[in-house]
This record gives sequence, C-alpha cells and structure tokens, in this order.
Amino acid sequence: MTRANLIFAALLAVLLPLSLFAGRVWINPFADVGPIADADNVGLILMELRMPRAILAVVIGAGLGAAGAAMQGYLRNPLADPGLFGIAPMAALGAVASFWIGVTWVLPIFALIGAGLGMALLAAIAGRTPSGAGGGIALFTLAGLMIASLAGTLTALAITMAPNAFAMSQIVLWLNGALTDRSWDEVWIAAPLTVVGLGLLFTAARSLDALTLGDDTARSMGVNPSRLLLILVGGVGLTIGAGVAVAGIIGFVGLIVPHLVRPLTDKMPSSLLVPSALAGACLVLLADSLVRILPFVTELRLGIMLSLIGAPFFLWLLLRMRKGEL
Amino acid sequence: MKLACETLTIARGGNLVVNRVTSRFEAGHITAIVGPNGAGKSSLVQALTGLIEPAHGKVLLGDQDIASILPATRAKHIGYLPQNAEIVWDVSVRNLIALGRHPHGDAAAQPVEEAIKVMQLEKLRDAPATRLSGGERARVLLARVLAGTPDWILADEPLAALDLAHQLALIEHLKTCAKAGAGVIIVLHDLALAMNHADRVVVMNKGRMITRGAPRNALASEVIEQAWGVKTRWIGVPGQRALATLGM
Repeated sequence: MTRANLIFAALLAVLLPLSLFAGRVWINPFADVGPIADADNVGLILMELRMPRAILAVVIGAGLGAAGAAMQGYLRNPLADPGLFGIAPMAALGAVASFWIGVTWVLPIFALIGAGLGMALLAAIAGRTPSGAGGGIALFTLAGLMIASLAGTLTALAITMAPNAFAMSQIVLWLNGALTDRSWDEVWIAAPLTVVGLGLLFTAARSLDALTLGDDTARSMGVNPSRLLLILVGGVGLTIGAGVAVAGIIGFVGLIVPHLVRPLTDKMPSSLLVPSALAGACLVLLADSLVRILPFVTELRLGIMLSLIGAPFFLWLLLRMRKGEL
Repeated sequence: MKLACETLTIARGGNLVVNRVTSRFEAGHITAIVGPNGAGKSSLVQALTGLIEPAHGKVLLGDQDIASILPATRAKHIGYLPQNAEIVWDVSVRNLIALGRHPHGDAAAQPVEEAIKVMQLEKLRDAPATRLSGGERARVLLARVLAGTPDWILADEPLAALDLAHQLALIEHLKTCAKAGAGVIIVLHDLALAMNHADRVVVMNKGRMITRGAPRNALASEVIEQAWGVKTRWIGVPGQRALATLGM
C-alpha cells in the first residue's frame, strides 16, 4: 500500500465513526445509554439517519475524487474538474425536469437519464473520428463546456418557468447538493453505479500514464484513444451521475482532491486514482459532518459548503500556476 | 522483423502528403529520411508507426499489414519518438522511462535499467522529468523508447533541439541500437548528419520519394538541387563531410 493510500485510508477510518457520532444530537459511544427508549432512539439515529448519510458521503466523495483524478490525467490539466464537462449539469437538468412533473420518486431516474444523455453527446462529438485518432482534448473540453452551458441554460429556463413557487424553491434548494435526510434507498441507487464507475476508471489507469507523454506517443504505445474516451466518459458519467441523482450538485471535490493527493504520490496519473477516491470520501464526509454541527438556524447545504472551500482554493491554484509553482 | 511500405499514400485535407511511396527498411541500419519542409517526412514516419491510416497502399510489419495488427502488439515492435514530444506531469526520470514498458504490460526493471545505463542517465534517475535541459530531455525520451526493447526505433527529428555535442552523442546511441540489431529510422533536417552517419537515406519531396540508397548517391548535389532548389557541393573526407551552399 502506498503512502498516500495509507494516509487517506487511516483518515477515513477516523472520520467515519466521528461522523456517525456528530450532529445536532451528539452520541457518546462510551456512555451508558440508559433507558431502553433512549437506546432505541440512538440506534434509529445511527442506523437510519447517520449511517446511510455517512456511506453516501463516502460513495459520492470517492466517485468525485477518482473522477477528478482521471479527468485531470486525461486532459493533462491540473485545473480540470469533472463537473465542468456537461455530465453533472445534464444530470441536474434531468432532475429539474422531474420537479416539473411533480413526481419526486422519478428524480434519480431522470438525473441518470440526463447524465446518460450528456455522456452520449460528449462521446459522439469528441469520440472516434474517421482516422481513429479521436478528437483530442481541445474538442473534448469545448464539447463538454458547451453541453454544460446548454444544460445550465435549460435548467435556468426550467427555474424561471417553474409551475409554482414551491417547485421553484425546491429546484433551487436541490441544485445546491446536500445529503440531508437521505436514506438507504439512495445508498442502493448510488453505491452500485459508483462501484461500476470506479471500476471503469481504474481500468483506464495505465492508459492515463501513457498520456503523460502526449497523444501521439500514447497511441504509438498501444493506447486506443477512442476506447479510452469511452471508458472515461462511462466511468465519470456513472460516478458523477450517481452522485447528482441522489445528492444534487456537489462541486469542486474532483478539482481539489487530486491536488491534495498529488504531492504524496509519484505524480503518475495511475497512482492518483485510489488515493483520490479515499481523499474524496474523507473530504465529503468531513464537509457533511461540519454542515451538521455548524450552529446555523437551517443546515448549511453541502454543495454550498464545498463551493465556499473550493472556489478560493481554485483561485489559489491559479495564483500558484501564475508563479510557475504548478 | 521486416518493415516496408507498398504504394503508401496518405491524404490530408484533400492533398496527398505521401504519394505512392514504396520502400523496404533494413534492420541493423540507420535510415535517414530527409526532404524540404512539407515533403511528407513526418507523415511517412507516422504511417510506418501505424498511427495514420493510409488512403491507399499499406505498411508491412513482418508479413502483416500493420493496420491488421493490434495496437498493443504493434507497440511491442515499434518504438516511436514524435517531434516535440511532451512531458506533462512532474514524474521522475525513472518512472518516465519505465513507461516504455507499457506495451508489454509489465514493469520489468532490467530493460529500464539498461536504457538508463545506455543513455547515461544514472545521476538523473530521481530528477523531475519536466526540469531537464534540452539534451537531458532528449536522452530521457529516447531511453523511454529503448526500455520497450522495440525491433524498430522511429524518431521524428530527435536532434532538432540539441546542440552539436548532444547531437553526436544521440547519433552514437542510435548507432549502438542499430549495431545491436534494431532498425532505426530517423527524420533529419541536417543533410551533413545524414551524409556522415546514416547507412541509408530516403529523400522525399512533395510527398514522393525521389530517391533512396547509400548517402553518397542519395544525397548527391544534383538530388539536393532538384529537391531543395539549392546548388551545393560536398566538401571534406568521407565520414566528415560538410555541405557548402553555392546559391539558389
């Protein structure tokens, strides 16, 4: 096990139980719980509220972290965020469409359909060209940004034309992701999809390493760019799509995490994937525990919390880049 | 293993950048591909590597059409060093050279160490690959190709960014590879380097191969005048020739 894996696995092992005990109701695992009614309540809080929420944080964080590391490796750019490339905004658009219909249980399905459409569009535009060379990273980036922009515009349209004020407030709230009141149902939606997505991303590891030497060299080394693109679009689509389907938009994790991990590794894109998944799980778990215990009247949204951390972090990265430190 | 092309034709944007080139390359030799800008040298090398699908004709690796060989199998036999090769992440020299094992799907230490030794990179082993000088960088990139122990080494202007001493050193390394049995095909701009160091020369102009053969014949003054439109004369003794230009 590498150093980075060890550090973030240990951190996760500490954060996970802490997040179960932290919240509006603090649970002391060493205290005598007293009357049976109390014990039941504690068990209920743990098993039905905190446990699924913590597992979801881990699952979504792991997906976002690994997707971020894979995207930065693929685009050979340390500023790439998987949320920028159309899949998350398309998933969000799908979810918003479900508010329009007014049937809440279809939300995850609509979000996944949105993510799937985003993936298909991205693969169709940036994928295989007649020469088999693929469209390259410029085409991928521009196509991704345009899909994101279109999805964002349609989402804005859906908000302004919402059927009623309640739907409008629901949409706006939901767009700023959160893990509040999530149950085991959401875990069962997100976890399997994320596991498959992570599996796809991990199979791309060696090809991402080869890309360190540029497109042409990677191709000469046996990397099939069209296949790699499909694997990555599939892997990122499943992990990001699953996250948006159950928690809404949670930004910046995929951007920040690979930066935290990179100095602890040999900087090969493949060495980043597993520790980024672990670190992503830690970050979302930590942020979600913080929004629970911060003393606001209403709970701070997780998506807002992470953006508050993430946007300044991004600016700091740009400053470092300007100084040539990155 | 043989490498050859038959009536190889490559089209780009409606133009034929390589036009019906037939040639057979010899293992154990250095073949220099020369020609004026836009002659189709890089396209020819990319097609020989299997990176470009020809519009017509084919490239043969062994007795097989290269297009029908799996990319991973092809990569075990052909090592390619593109023009302006990039290095993106700040990986160590050792790790970058070890990428050469990618086609074999292993992390065999022996060929990697061998490549480090041949390219005299022992002291730079742990240095970050993005902070090397031009000469070190060229050696590291070639070492990456060598670590894959390919039968063929195809390099597109590997000497372009190098000073005189490093040019000679790299040429010597390539000669060592050829002596060990590898086929070496390099695109060169410096005709004197081709004249003095290549075993065979292929001269390209406007997509066509206008001649090939021993450097003395293929790079005769008449050929240079025909392809480059410059009157020249070779001076000096064999192996140390220099090209004097006499005007357009």
